[in-house]
Amino acid sequence: MKVLVTVKRVIDPYVKVRVKSDGSGVETANIKMTMNPFCEIAVEQAVRMKEAGIVTEIVVVSVGVPQSQETLRTAMAMGADRGILVDAPAGVEPLAVAKLVKAIIEKEKPQLVITGKQAIDDDSNQTGQMIAALMGWPQATFISNVTVNGDSAEVTREIDGGLEKLTIKLPAVVTSDLRLNEPRYVTLPNIMKAKKKPLEVLKPEALGVDVTPRLKTLKVQEPPSRSAGVKVADVKELIAKLKNEARII
Amino acid sequence: MSTYSAPLKDMQFVLRELAGLQEVSALPGWQDVTPEVVDAVLAEAGKFAQEVLDPLNRIGDTQGARLAQGKVTAPDGYVQAYRKFIEAGWNGLAGDTRYGGQGLPHVVSTAVQEIWNSANMSFCLAPMLTSGVLEALRHHASPEQQALYMPNLTAGAWSGTMNLTEPQAGSDLSAVRTQAVRDGDHYRLRGTKIFITWGEHDMSENIVHLVLARTPNAPEGVKGISLFIVPKFLVNRDGTRGERNDITCVSIEHKMGIRGSPTCVLAYGEAKGAIGYLIGEENRGLEYMFTMMNHARLGVGVEGLGIAERAYQHALAHARTRVQGREIGQRSGDRVTIIHHPDVKRMLLSMKAQTEAMRALAYVAAAALDKARVHPDRTEQRRNQALVDLLTPIVKGWCTEQGVEVASTGVQVHGGMGFIEESGAAQYLRDARITTIYEGTTGIQANDLVGRKVAFEKGATAMAVIGDMRGVNARLERLGSEFVSARKAFSEAIDSLESATRWLVEHYAASPNAAAAVAVPYLKLFGIVAGGWVMARAAVIAHDKLSDAKSDARFLSAKIITARFYAEHILTGARGFADTVLSGSASVLALDEGQF
Repeated sequence: MKVLVTVKRVIDPYVKVRVKSDGSGVETANIKMTMNPFCEIAVEQAVRMKEAGIVTEIVVVSVGVPQSQETLRTAMAMGADRGILVDAPAGVEPLAVAKLVKAIIEKEKPQLVITGKQAIDDDSNQTGQMIAALMGWPQATFISNVTVNGDSAEVTREIDGGLEKLTIKLPAVVTSDLRLNEPRYVTLPNIMKAKKKPLEVLKPEALGVDVTPRLKTLKVQEPPSRSAGVKVADVKELIAKLKNEARII
Repeated sequence: MSTYSAPLKDMQFVLRELAGLQEVSALPGWQDVTPEVVDAVLAEAGKFAQEVLDPLNRIGDTQGARLAQGKVTAPDGYVQAYRKFIEAGWNGLAGDTRYGGQGLPHVVSTAVQEIWNSANMSFCLAPMLTSGVLEALRHHASPEQQALYMPNLTAGAWSGTMNLTEPQAGSDLSAVRTQAVRDGDHYRLRGTKIFITWGEHDMSENIVHLVLARTPNAPEGVKGISLFIVPKFLVNRDGTRGERNDITCVSIEHKMGIRGSPTCVLAYGEAKGAIGYLIGEENRGLEYMFTMMNHARLGVGVEGLGIAERAYQHALAHARTRVQGREIGQRSGDRVTIIHHPDVKRMLLSMKAQTEAMRALAYVAAAALDKARVHPDRTEQRRNQALVDLLTPIVKGWCTEQGVEVASTGVQVHGGMGFIEESGAAQYLRDARITTIYEGTTGIQANDLVGRKVAFEKGATAMAVIGDMRGVNARLERLGSEFVSARKAFSEAIDSLESATRWLVEHYAASPNAAAAVAVPYLKLFGIVAGGWVMARAAVIAHDKLSDAKSDARFLSAKIITARFYAEHILTGARGFADTVLSGSASVLALDEGQF
């Protein structure tokens, strides 16, 4: 079966994010970028399923600026077979991404779509759900396990207070959580091979999707810095502080 | 503890703008090695180094390698890291494509090597030595030997070592005593080798030792030394691992630095004689070793660079977080992080400037080595070979001396905590300290530079480089009034280098002793000015690129300021070394040994 995986280019998690001086967003120019870690887990899952003989082809899709081609190349170095970039301006919103991915799904006809549960930049946690809704497909979010059995899949979801096991009919959309797997390190021979794998670049208009943002960012600012802690003399004072100052008991 | 992050932007800038990566990509066989592919390789190597190798660096230092019953155990986590390293294919980066390597150019492997050294120098000595063995086999071993050993060495399933030193034979290899006696299709070796890095360990399935030894009746001295392959486990004709060879690790050294790597004393042939296989012809061993000397010496220079970069990142992280005192001239108000203090900034800039100069020089030399090997034009080949020959002792000698200095400044930035091992700053200084010693001490490099390189060809290549320096200095004019003092410093430094070079060319033949007495000051002089040369080129290019609106203005303007700092703070020292070269040999020779 064919699997479609979405990947997003985000600021490297090791980089300290800075707010732009005009408060319009965060600095991304000339900052080290990398594949969203949850997307990496999604790609890894598809590659493992291919190695296990369940999957025959992995198509990776990214929506974003032209440099997202590097992110697609990384996914192909991990083991994806080909890439599709929808060349869209930075800041394209989840609904637009979901519509674009829907258009590609209709063309590619995968049996399974794997997305990261969220991207570490905006933490929207929407795209996978929206793709499923637009397609009218079953969805299983935050999965830590997936096993395909013919035309259905057994999944384990990480939910508040425990794990939820579900059987979903394919085709479906699943979104990866942290514990689904531990992504491999890309190997040097595969970096070299990835260069030769096909990468198609499309425009949103060609897919008939309007990517105009629907939200307006009013202001982006740093979170307030934490004030210094204080030492309390005894338990009595601690309880008084928790009651009167923190007001949590 | 800081986290290592590969300086990808500077690496990419140096590769593209100074080392001519595009030209190297255009050479035969490297069409696939586009700048984009190299970016991806460096990014993934950086990630691997950051997540796998860097976290093991401190464990290696504190725990060290351990020896028990002849078996050496690598520090905790090293075996797993090595497996990941070879599974990811990093071991074969520069390896011959016929034996499973990727065959990437030397300039790319140099950049990747820098990353490994920054993250964990002790660890990466193992693959570095393996690549040295591969280099020797590629040039001198028989096709059968190549087929038997090179695939597993390229993959990293087997590792390699170099066995040159004996207790009485250090820098002077003519004193090698290990005996090799012919016994049918092989030789039996008996003797003791010391200072064998990763000579015994549990990371690879087999260890292939390259051993210098003498056959009976071999001529005295360097012309009587042969080179042998002596595997830890004998290798059957079908390539499978056979029985254990007669080699014992009798001890490992207690060292000042690189403690994560075992430095072994190996006893060959204590029982039946260790089985070894001759490489090439008898008595030509040292000559074979020398063919990989440029490669190995540039590699050690890159160790100095790698440690300097890591020490700089570590000191920078400390200076950004350590709060101490107020800004100069402020009597009240908030206390500030120490990076606000001008002297701390000066120290950090000296670390940054020297590291960037070392990087640029090392990559330029590596690219020249690539062009010298495969450039289709013979003149270009020869020109680049002459440049590599000249730059090799400078990269080895100067980058390692500066590596020690930069790591020492890193300790200084930490203040009292720098002297305490927990801060981690001291390890870089201790690790760096070996680099000026092994693979030829700074003194040996300086003698090579003065004798075999500069004087031998009457300063021809050195003068060509000096001519290029003057051209670069002229181009600095476009950087305007802010660069006037930097230009002057560079110009005077070039004059200093030129006068010292002329003095050496003139006096070497008549008084080689006088030249040798000031060879190290000359090497340092050349290093400083060559660093200024590449930094000045960087400044000119950065200046030109700034006019492009899409350029990374923060990076480029920092490069320009760093180059200016280099000229004003470091190049100004060139004159002192030149004066020593011109007039300092007499005092060295004057004092009688008994007067010490």
